[in-house]
Amino acid sequence: MRQLVRQPSSKRAADAHVVELRIPSSAEWVGVARLAIAGIASRMEFSIEDIEDLKLAVAEACTSYIQNAQEADELCISAEVGTERITITMDACDASRGAVAASDAPAHGLGSFLIRTLMDEVAYEYAPESGTKLVMTKLLHK
Amino acid sequence: MNIVDIKVNVRQLDGRDRDICVLDLNGEIDVYTSPKVKETITDLIDQGHYTLVINLENVRYIDSTGLGVLIGGLKRVREHSGTVNLVCTNPQIKKIFDITGLVKIFGIYDSEKAACDNL
Repeated sequence: MRQLVRQPSSKRAADAHVVELRIPSSAEWVGVARLAIAGIASRMEFSIEDIEDLKLAVAEACTSYIQNAQEADELCISAEVGTERITITMDACDASRGAVAASDAPAHGLGSFLIRTLMDEVAYEYAPESGTKLVMTKLLHK
Repeated sequence: MNIVDIKVNVRQLDGRDRDICVLDLNGEIDVYTSPKVKETITDLIDQGHYTLVINLENVRYIDSTGLGVLIGGLKRVREHSGTVNLVCTNPQIKKIFDITGLVKIFGIYDSEKAACDNL
């Protein structure tokens, strides 16, 4: 597992920070992704209910990638932390080849329904060569 | 890595007019732990127990794989005219049953007594 914090880049909002997490693409690591996102959301002062929503959305996304992108050996989770929102980007990677193509199944099923219900914005970006990327945002309601 | 995030205990209730098995679950039900829950439910059904109360009072977290296990168990016991009632007091878990519409499928109660009385 590798975790790093980057300074804001020109592509992100000036006040946004990014936390990246790579976990092995296997079931026992999903709990680690859940805990990591809960820690970030807690620091952003999301409500307990919103933190639980984020934990579930991230776990559902991880589960979907594990089940549908079986050639991947890592899941890449990036959380862009702003003052009013958190945007989480996920894709599946092969450590030696970079992003791998997942089937379009992650956009369907009960897990996807939960993600769409619990998050404020959800987009699946398909690219045959670079894989399926999930981008989801939760707004901070203060 | 060896992590066990779910504990499963099975009790058979005496003194009732029908055979009732209570599953006490303690921990988190996700893609990693749900196979253990599924195995326990499957074993009970294979042994001929078709009236189940699944106690989620000590479950801190459940995701779609956990819901899938509960739905699968309910489908199997219904093939034998059985049923599954749930005990759930955690508001976040209740919310998940609510938004997925599963409140209409399962009997969900605040106590084990209520879940057993309404089988």
